[in-house]
Amino acid sequence: MLQVDLWKRVLIWMTVAVGLILATPNVFYNRVETHNDAVKAIDAGFDTTENRDAAATWPSFLPSGLVNLGLDLRGGAHLLAEVQVVEVYEARMEALWPEVRDVLRDARDTVGTIRLQPSATKGELRVKISEAGGIDRAMELVRGLAQPVVSLTGAGSTDIVVRGEDDVIVVSLSEAEQQAMDNRTMQQSLEIIRRRIDEVGTREPTIQRQGYDRILIQVPGIGSAAELKAIIGTTAQLTFQPVISRTTDASERPGAGNELVPALDDEGVFYVLEQAPVVTGEELTNAQPAFDQNGRPAVNFNFNPSGARKFGDYTANNIGSPFAIVLDNEVISAPVIQSHIPGGSGIITGNFTVEESTHLAVLLRAGALPAKMVFLEERTIGPELGQDSIDAGKIATMVAFVAVLVFMALSYGLFGIFANIALILNIALIFGLLSLIGATLTLPGIAGIVLTVGMAVDANVLVFERIREELRTAKGPARAIELGYEKALSAIVDANITTFITAVILYVMGSGPVRGFAITLGFGILTSVFTAIFVTRLLIIIWFERRRPKTIEV
Amino acid sequence: MRLKLVPEQTKFDFFSRPALWLGISAIMIVLALASFGLRGLNYGIDFRGGTTIRTESTQVVDVAAYRAALGALELGDVVISEVFDPNFRDDQNVAMVRIGAQDGEEAVSTDLIEEARLALAEVATDIKFVSVESVGPKVSGELIRTAAIAVTLAIGAVLIYVWLRFEWQFAVGAVVALVHDVVLTIGIFSELQIRFDLAIIAALLTIVGYSLNDTVVVFDRVRENLIKFKSLTLKDVLNPSINETLSRTFMTSVTTLLALIALFVLGGDVIRGFVFAMIWGVIVGTYSSIFVASTILLRLGVKRDWSKPVDTTGNQFGDIDA
Repeated sequence: MLQVDLWKRVLIWMTVAVGLILATPNVFYNRVETHNDAVKAIDAGFDTTENRDAAATWPSFLPSGLVNLGLDLRGGAHLLAEVQVVEVYEARMEALWPEVRDVLRDARDTVGTIRLQPSATKGELRVKISEAGGIDRAMELVRGLAQPVVSLTGAGSTDIVVRGEDDVIVVSLSEAEQQAMDNRTMQQSLEIIRRRIDEVGTREPTIQRQGYDRILIQVPGIGSAAELKAIIGTTAQLTFQPVISRTTDASERPGAGNELVPALDDEGVFYVLEQAPVVTGEELTNAQPAFDQNGRPAVNFNFNPSGARKFGDYTANNIGSPFAIVLDNEVISAPVIQSHIPGGSGIITGNFTVEESTHLAVLLRAGALPAKMVFLEERTIGPELGQDSIDAGKIATMVAFVAVLVFMALSYGLFGIFANIALILNIALIFGLLSLIGATLTLPGIAGIVLTVGMAVDANVLVFERIREELRTAKGPARAIELGYEKALSAIVDANITTFITAVILYVMGSGPVRGFAITLGFGILTSVFTAIFVTRLLIIIWFERRRPKTIEV
Repeated sequence: MRLKLVPEQTKFDFFSRPALWLGISAIMIVLALASFGLRGLNYGIDFRGGTTIRTESTQVVDVAAYRAALGALELGDVVISEVFDPNFRDDQNVAMVRIGAQDGEEAVSTDLIEEARLALAEVATDIKFVSVESVGPKVSGELIRTAAIAVTLAIGAVLIYVWLRFEWQFAVGAVVALVHDVVLTIGIFSELQIRFDLAIIAALLTIVGYSLNDTVVVFDRVRENLIKFKSLTLKDVLNPSINETLSRTFMTSVTTLLALIALFVLGGDVIRGFVFAMIWGVIVGTYSSIFVASTILLRLGVKRDWSKPVDTTGNQFGDIDA
């Protein structure tokens, strides 16, 4: 007959209680959020009384997990960037040139004179030797420069591939090295983006690698994607390069090993620079906004010891010649070296505004991005729109909720009320689950919850209709209830599994808001089956045990 | 006194005119496909690439003036539409501006948005861009592909599940009903030219789930009755099965519709298209589970003798719980 073991009852109520406790923080959203922010700040070392007070607004023994609000509800910016990983190959090859030059120069007897040739394909080094007969020896020498690749998949291979075409040696990166390098580039890009966004200081940004060469960046609370792009879109590749000449001819051929770089401030002015830099921004240890002796905004910087030594040596040997400070392929300034600069600190001047110099300092401090990024997708949602969406969603959910509750009560009377209690618990359980895994609630997610409110009663409806049918064949109330649950079970399971399958597919295939919808829909199915099969049943059984009705009306 | 949408016991004959119902569905499908072929879908930027800007100002939106202001920038394909919503404040005038993808650009540049802002500020001084969304052509192509895969996967997964749990005839009936619902939904979107974006795909998949939910409940009863009444003809089993589940079908559809209508009216204009798709899906899904899925099942016939061991390999899982 209608019996449920005590341990099962305890388990059901405990599950409900845990769900309710986990959902509680969302009722006090602002307080809990302040508490969480403060706790994080204290953990990060900002142990001020202010933060301590803020942390005390929510008791620490209670759970503090919240349903995160998605960008479409809170406002913020979303960017999908593609890292131009191939660009890095080029820089790598450029850096290899001096080494190749030196090793071949030592074997001048067999290979003759050497010359760097322009290459049509990027990331390839073409070196022409005058003695075609020495090509084998030359290739052997260059191969000697190869290093083993350090990666899991590329074990046993070396980093460069050397082949000969008549009197030209072509050096390119091996596939294993390319892969290993792509991975490094992505790791580094992620790290640097994270640092740059942290410098700006907003709440909980999401920075994720997506697919092979993409990065997804979501920053809540920022004004616009444009602002975010300005912070993370700049490569901030700083180099100090020797100047060969200055020109106004944009089509001038710089010659092998050199490059033509435009000036940042003077339109139409170009510099011919040696491609290999003396020192790069990677050797900077610090950068801060400052003012130069004329009171104009500038950026102060410091090198690490090896950078300082290189910088010092170069300035000592080249007094009187100009020296270019290049940022992202534009010459910021090209001062003439007045004297030896030891100690490894300097100042970058240019026509900066205070804002620009601050920005540049932030970028230099966070480090240069290894490769350029192309933005494939960007979305900005204003905070007002987000707030409007939340308000509209709240009202709609309340109205939908009340409508369904009233309708159920009118249709099934007391049993409808039981179903309604289960429905209320159901919503609490969804929020409990969402908070537990720290899921993000989006606008379609709210729609998913509202849809759940409508569909959650389905399992109960199936059972109640079954009980009605069984009552008609006059088996007595207890038997009717039991049979109702028994017979409806297979329909409930089948019907919900199919919807659950679609929710899973949506989650796997979808992105952003669609995912949010899939999560609430999927959880809604789990919790509604639980509440309908266990909670409502338990409620009915408890009622039945107390009253022992001879007849029931469903 | 209970509220009853459907009388306690009904004896409708759902199969007296199978040709009529299938005919109506066929005509609807043809209309939907024709509309899709002729008018196409009003793809949002998710699928087409480009930029959508949602503007807000206290001045009344003058679409012609907006168009003139933006026309000077030579942005190519620009669509401007005013947005109405009963929940807006009196001085809240909202418009959607859609700018097509620019030649050779992966995403619309920041400068372009700034230019648009300046141009529009000439017309409406306090104009604000409350949301700006840009999708590059590369990503939009991928989004279309993933969306198509998702819908196909969902239908395929469902086909397999129903096939394993029931019989292949049930699976065919269920999937025909699903495709029917999806096609009709796409048809209404192309006919009314409602913006079709990523969220609508989510709605489509939910419709797949919901419609199936209905169909499976009916089929479950059919399976049960097939075992109970071994001597009756398939039609005489199908009819009472649908009648018996009719009350439940309507109850669930009504509660779901109640919730969705609340969301449609009060949930704001941002998700209205999405909710509309689901409302339509619930209505069409309810219809199709009764008239399409079952009629197909009737046409295909179904193996009746459940007691003998099954020797065909295809449906060896079919009678696990039968």
